[in-house]
Amino acid sequence: MDIILAIAVLGGLGLIFGLVLAAASKVFYVETDPRLDQLNACLPGANCGGCGYAGCGAYAEAVLKGEAPIGACASGGNECAQAMAAIMGVKAEAVTRKVALVRCSGDRSYDKDGNLVRGSKIKAEYEGFKDCMAASKVGGNGPISCKYGCLGFGTCTKACKYGAISVKNGVAVVDEDLCVGCMACAAACPRNLIVPVEPGRNVVIACASMAKGAVTTRGCTVGCIGCGLCKKICPEGAITVTNNLAVIDYSKCTNCGLCATVCPKKLIKDSNVENLGDPTVKPMNNPEVKV
Amino acid sequence: MEAILGIIIAAILSQNFILVKFYGICPFMGVSKKIDTALGMGMAVTFVMALASAACWLVYEFLLIPLDMVYMQTVAFILVIASIVQVVEMFLKKMVPALYKALGVFLPLITTNCAVLGVVLVNVQEGYNFLLSVLNGAAGGLGFTVAIVLFASVRERVNKAECPESFQGYPLALIAAGLLALAFMGFSGLSIT
Repeated sequence: MDIILAIAVLGGLGLIFGLVLAAASKVFYVETDPRLDQLNACLPGANCGGCGYAGCGAYAEAVLKGEAPIGACASGGNECAQAMAAIMGVKAEAVTRKVALVRCSGDRSYDKDGNLVRGSKIKAEYEGFKDCMAASKVGGNGPISCKYGCLGFGTCTKACKYGAISVKNGVAVVDEDLCVGCMACAAACPRNLIVPVEPGRNVVIACASMAKGAVTTRGCTVGCIGCGLCKKICPEGAITVTNNLAVIDYSKCTNCGLCATVCPKKLIKDSNVENLGDPTVKPMNNPEVKV
Repeated sequence: MEAILGIIIAAILSQNFILVKFYGICPFMGVSKKIDTALGMGMAVTFVMALASAACWLVYEFLLIPLDMVYMQTVAFILVIASIVQVVEMFLKKMVPALYKALGVFLPLITTNCAVLGVVLVNVQEGYNFLLSVLNGAAGGLGFTVAIVLFASVRERVNKAECPESFQGYPLALIAAGLLALAFMGFSGLSIT
C-alpha cells in the first residue's frame, strides 16, 4: 500500500511539474530572430573578442539590434562582412585584412663567447612570474634596458587564440599567415607594442622607443634613434619623426622601400621579419628600387 | 534574533557548504577560473538556494508530512529543485532579460548541484520554519559565493606561478582548495549561543 501511495504521490508531483513546465515554455516563449542564427553561422565562432564584444554571439546580437557595425570582425574578414551584410539586407564596404605587428626588433643573438652582438640588452635577471605584465611592474622599468622594448615573456602568446604569435630570441613575432588581426595580443601587451598593419607591407618601423638617441643606443643595437634619414629620403613625405621615433603614414606610403635602405639601425624592415640586420638585403617586392 | 544570527554565521563561515561540508565541489572547481564568473555563479546559487528552500519547505510541510511520506523526501526535493530551476530560467528569460544574462548560463548547472539539495535537507533536519529555511538557503548561497570568489582569486594568482609540470592546473587547484578548507576549519568553534 505504501509503495502505491509513494508512486502515486511522486508520479503526480512529477506530472504536475511537467505540466507547469510545459505551460511555462508556452507562456514564457521568447521569439528569437531567425537572422541571429544566420549571423552566428557567418562568424568564425572563435570568441576572440577583437570586435569589442564578449564573443561572436554577443556581436551577432549587437549587429541585429543595429548597435554594432558590420565588418567589425577582423577574423572573418571581408567574406564574413559581405555575408552578414547580405543577411541584414545592407551593403558593406570592403574590409581590408590587418595583421598584428610587434614594434620591437630587439631579438637577441650572441657570439660564441656568449656576448650580445645584436638586440636589446638585459640589465637584470628577472626571477618573478613569467608574465610581461608582472615583469613590467618591476622597479627600474623591467628587466631589459629598453623601457619600450618587448619583454619576451609571451603574455601575447597566451592571449592569442590562433597560435599566431610566438617569442623568438626574446622578442614576440607574429606569423602573418595565422594572424587574423583580432588584436587580442595588443590588449595583453603592457608596453603597447603591438599595432595593426596591412599584411605584406614592405616597410614597417619595428621599434617603439621614444627615448633620446643616445639612451636608445645604450640599451639596444637596433633601436630607432630618431635620426630622420628615412624622413629625408622618403619621396612621398610619408614619414615623420616625433618623440625620437619615426612613424610611417600609410595613407601616403607607396611601399617603395627607400627608407629601409638608409636606416642606420636596419629596423625598417619587411614585416615578415626575415633577413633582419643584414645590410645587403634589398627592399622586397619592388625590383625598381636600386640600392 | 539569536537563531537568525546563528544561522547566518553557521551557513557562511563555520558550516560553509563548500569548504566545511564539501557540497557542490563540481561548480567550485569548474567555474572558479575567473573572479567574474565565480561571482555570477555565486549569485545564481544564492538565488536558487533561497528559492529551493522555500519551495521544498512547502512541499515537505504540506505534502510529505500529511501523507506520512517523509522517507521519500530526497526524491521529492530533487524533483522540486529541478523543475523550479527550469521554470525560473524561462521566467527570467522572458521577464527579466538583464538578470537572465547575468545568471542564465549558470542556472542549468545548478539544477543538479548537491549544495542546493544539501541546504534543503539541512533545513528539514534542523526543523527550521519557513522563514528560517529561506534565510538558511540565502545565507548558504552567500557562503558558497564567499568560498568560490576567494578560491577564484587564489587560483588567478596561483595559475601564474611556476610549478612542476605535474602540478599544473587541477592538482594545484585541488591543493589550494584543501588549504582554503583548512583555513575555514578555524571558524569551526564559532557560534552565537
